[in-house]
Amino acid sequence: MFKKNHLAPLLALLPVLLLSGCDSNMVVFEPKGPVAREILGLINWSLVFMLLIVVVVFGLFGYIVWKYRARPDNKDYEPPEEHGSTKLEIIWTAIPILIVIALTIPTVNTIYKLEKVPEGYENKKPITINVTSADWKWIFSYPEQGIETVNYVNIPVGTPVKFKLTSAGTMQSFWVPALGGQKYTMNKMETQLYLVADHPGEYLGKNTNFNGKGYADMEFTVESKSQQAFDKWVKDVKKTAPKLTEKKYIDLLKPTHLGRLTFSNNHLAWVNHGDMNSKTYTFPELYRNHDYPGQIFKQPDNQKNKAGKTDDKSMDMNMKMDGHSNGGEHNGH
Amino acid sequence: MGIKWDRFFITGDPLILGSQIAILLTMIGIVVLVSYLKKWKWLWTEWLTTVDHKRIGIMYILVGVLMFFRGGIDGLLMKAQTATPDGQLLDAQHYNEVFTTHGVVMILFMAMPFLIGIMNVIVPLQIGARDVAFPQLNALSFWLTFSGAMLFNISFVIGGSPDAGWTAYFPLAGKEFSPGIGNNFYAVAIQIAGIGTLMTGINFIVTILKMRAKGMTLMKMPMFSWTSFVTSIIIAASFPILTVALALMTFDRIFGTHFFTLSGGGMDMMWVNLFWLWGHPEVYIVVLPAFGMFSEVISTFSRKTLFGYKSMVGSIVGIAILSMLVWVHHFFTMGAGPGVNSIFSITTMMIAIPTGVKMFNWLFTMRKGRIQFTTAMLWALAFVPCFLIGGITGVMLAMGAADYQYHNTLFLVAHFHYVLIPGVVFAVFAGLYYWWPKMFGHMLNEKLGKLHFWLFVIGFNMTFMPMFFLGLNGAVRRAYTYSAESGFGPLMLVSAIGAGILAIGFAFFCYNIYWSARYADRNISSDPWDARTLEWATASPVQFYNFAKIPEVTSLDAFWYMKKKNKGLKFSNDELEEIHMPSNSGLPFIMSIVFGISGFLLVFEWKIAALVAALGILICLAIRSFDYNDGYHVPVDEIKEIEYGWQNKEKGVEKHVN
Repeated sequence: MFKKNHLAPLLALLPVLLLSGCDSNMVVFEPKGPVAREILGLINWSLVFMLLIVVVVFGLFGYIVWKYRARPDNKDYEPPEEHGSTKLEIIWTAIPILIVIALTIPTVNTIYKLEKVPEGYENKKPITINVTSADWKWIFSYPEQGIETVNYVNIPVGTPVKFKLTSAGTMQSFWVPALGGQKYTMNKMETQLYLVADHPGEYLGKNTNFNGKGYADMEFTVESKSQQAFDKWVKDVKKTAPKLTEKKYIDLLKPTHLGRLTFSNNHLAWVNHGDMNSKTYTFPELYRNHDYPGQIFKQPDNQKNKAGKTDDKSMDMNMKMDGHSNGGEHNGH
Repeated sequence: MGIKWDRFFITGDPLILGSQIAILLTMIGIVVLVSYLKKWKWLWTEWLTTVDHKRIGIMYILVGVLMFFRGGIDGLLMKAQTATPDGQLLDAQHYNEVFTTHGVVMILFMAMPFLIGIMNVIVPLQIGARDVAFPQLNALSFWLTFSGAMLFNISFVIGGSPDAGWTAYFPLAGKEFSPGIGNNFYAVAIQIAGIGTLMTGINFIVTILKMRAKGMTLMKMPMFSWTSFVTSIIIAASFPILTVALALMTFDRIFGTHFFTLSGGGMDMMWVNLFWLWGHPEVYIVVLPAFGMFSEVISTFSRKTLFGYKSMVGSIVGIAILSMLVWVHHFFTMGAGPGVNSIFSITTMMIAIPTGVKMFNWLFTMRKGRIQFTTAMLWALAFVPCFLIGGITGVMLAMGAADYQYHNTLFLVAHFHYVLIPGVVFAVFAGLYYWWPKMFGHMLNEKLGKLHFWLFVIGFNMTFMPMFFLGLNGAVRRAYTYSAESGFGPLMLVSAIGAGILAIGFAFFCYNIYWSARYADRNISSDPWDARTLEWATASPVQFYNFAKIPEVTSLDAFWYMKKKNKGLKFSNDELEEIHMPSNSGLPFIMSIVFGISGFLLVFEWKIAALVAALGILICLAIRSFDYNDGYHVPVDEIKEIEYGWQNKEKGVEKHVN
């Protein structure tokens, strides 16, 4: 009987542990840029309310369970007939409503803020980087600088970066927790994400959306450099890095693990996977596993098909869908 | 058809080879045992062809226990693999298969059968009915669930497991990235089980609306029946979405259509939307009946009526409506735009309101009560703080902008385990300890039960609490390994040890079932907990016709007031009338086998063979429509004899609560 009473205080420790996270070195609590800091502000605001709820409910729970426990000496106690209390029920409907309102306003506010260049950086001209995820690597194209990197991305410190996200195949999620929240990358779609690093340094980025065998190793590094160092790096790349050819690029998209690569041009010259009408670059035969082989179907818009052989029907469909996407947040949605 | 026999069985992995041998031995063992005990006929007439809701419920629960075991092994394998950095137990492919089957098995073949099983046993008793509205359909529901579960479970030894996650997101789950047949098992097996579940939903809606005892208005219905009712409505509303989504998936994978593919104008996000349009209500399908069970248990062991019954009913209806309006919160990060994300953040957070109301109502049910710490009640008590942690982290995740940092991390994994384990598994255990005597006529051992409880609850918290912190430190879900530099090692190890403790707890539960079946006292009261609802007004185990005379209901907690006023408990023999009961039928069992065979052939993409087998389904349906068997009548003399048997046993039996 008495054992139960130790449970409540024991469990009450858990949220305290949860909150002690605030001053530890967990990456979400150590923002290195305004976007991550904005989100952390929201998280901390919510934690205050959560702590309040936990304290009240755990306290009430512990008190009630302890006070009204069955004991040998209250054997004849007959609990009262009690069907409810309108007053109390209104109170505990109203309080959650107030808490939800208190959480909703900053949440909506932050959701809208995150779609724009972070506050304080509006006057800085953003740099655009196209991110293309493939199995199992990250490809970064710099349309303004005309270069391309794989599995690492260099950015100038203190400059807003507009990441245009897409995928050459499976759906993935682009996340640099030290700099800000994540967003999905999808083939034939484009999503956007603004990030700023306000300290020079190296930050780990990763894919969070499961995409097969090589998923766990899909990490990349973000290196934020001073503007001068960044410009010098671009110049060096232009001068020394090899050129990417279309053939080489298709090899790159095959399901492999690669280290860091650098090229002095970029693949946007021949394909932008974010474009609704771009060709499909898939290699089903390379994904064979130990399971029983199933039939692989013809893909009407695969890059391997000879020009002009594309299925007319599917082309029509693509056009139609494109028409619908006017004014959408991103293509084709 | 060009069958590749060498690829039929999965080879080359010692773990899988071991399982293949174990499965073979178990099957031989079962056949030998049943033959040795000469029980084939008994098995057929008493179980395989039964339409009795109580037996069907017990079979559901048995499937739940077995699948808990299977899903649990998957979970332990995952925990063993990630206990240390760069673990070598499983390779990436094997790990992907294991977490996929863990998710599917635990949600669809563990949680659902457990809850539907308990619903089956208890709901008709609670509302004073003799069976469900469509007994034979009920048997078909069970056998289809069983068929789907078996088809899904053989995948890892024959053909290959699905490996695209329980969410099976396209394009990964499509042929472009998963050209093997593994994911066909997902599309077909869940389809078969899902049809069964949909029929259960319809069956229970009709049962609860049409078959309540005289005087039991909807607002006098026990809370568990209420939650079962609302759950059935959510099933009927959301499972058709799953049926359609899976059918489209099957077309894409087996017939080469382009609904969700990258090529040919397919839309992979459409799958994600359809999946969660079903998937989120599914969470409430499993959680609501659990809420009902906690309500019954808390009320019984506090010896008080449920506090705020009306607001409880309002809350579950509110939760049911909101459950259909929140699905986008599973993919705030898809970039649907700030307007959409804001709206779904708000609807999601609104769920906290009715849930909070329920929480306080439970607390105030206990207030001024006399709380007895039986094992069933311990589970209900542990639910309160554990589920609260699941709930508040749920609100944190509901805040769209903050979710960008939590999404797909172990923080999310910890959250939904903190919701589903206290919300479903604790409830199932509470319900089983509570209703076991009603089902089997003996109690589960309380001492073993308490060991089970403490090990399980401590193990659970140890397993999943560290995951919150791991997630906030950037650990992503579904990764088969991580580096030592990541710093995840220590907490991952704590989590793995916790999983071991949790597993030992479950082992005690299994042992408890065995021990109690063998040694527990059979001479117990039909109302051992001094309970409040109608299921306790009849024998334990319940006689096949449930009630000799259907009791009349005048208030909530009908049985409690019958006992208090000593009214309506006894009836004289001349009040008895013949009872009309449904006949057994082998058709549901046979039909499920045909479904299974047809499904198996379809999984292997042997389309013509699958079609031929599917004709068998139509033949079964035709046979059923020409079946004029109208059931049979139980003569009054037989009823008298049975009633005399249990009503006079009760003398001198001590109450099990004090």
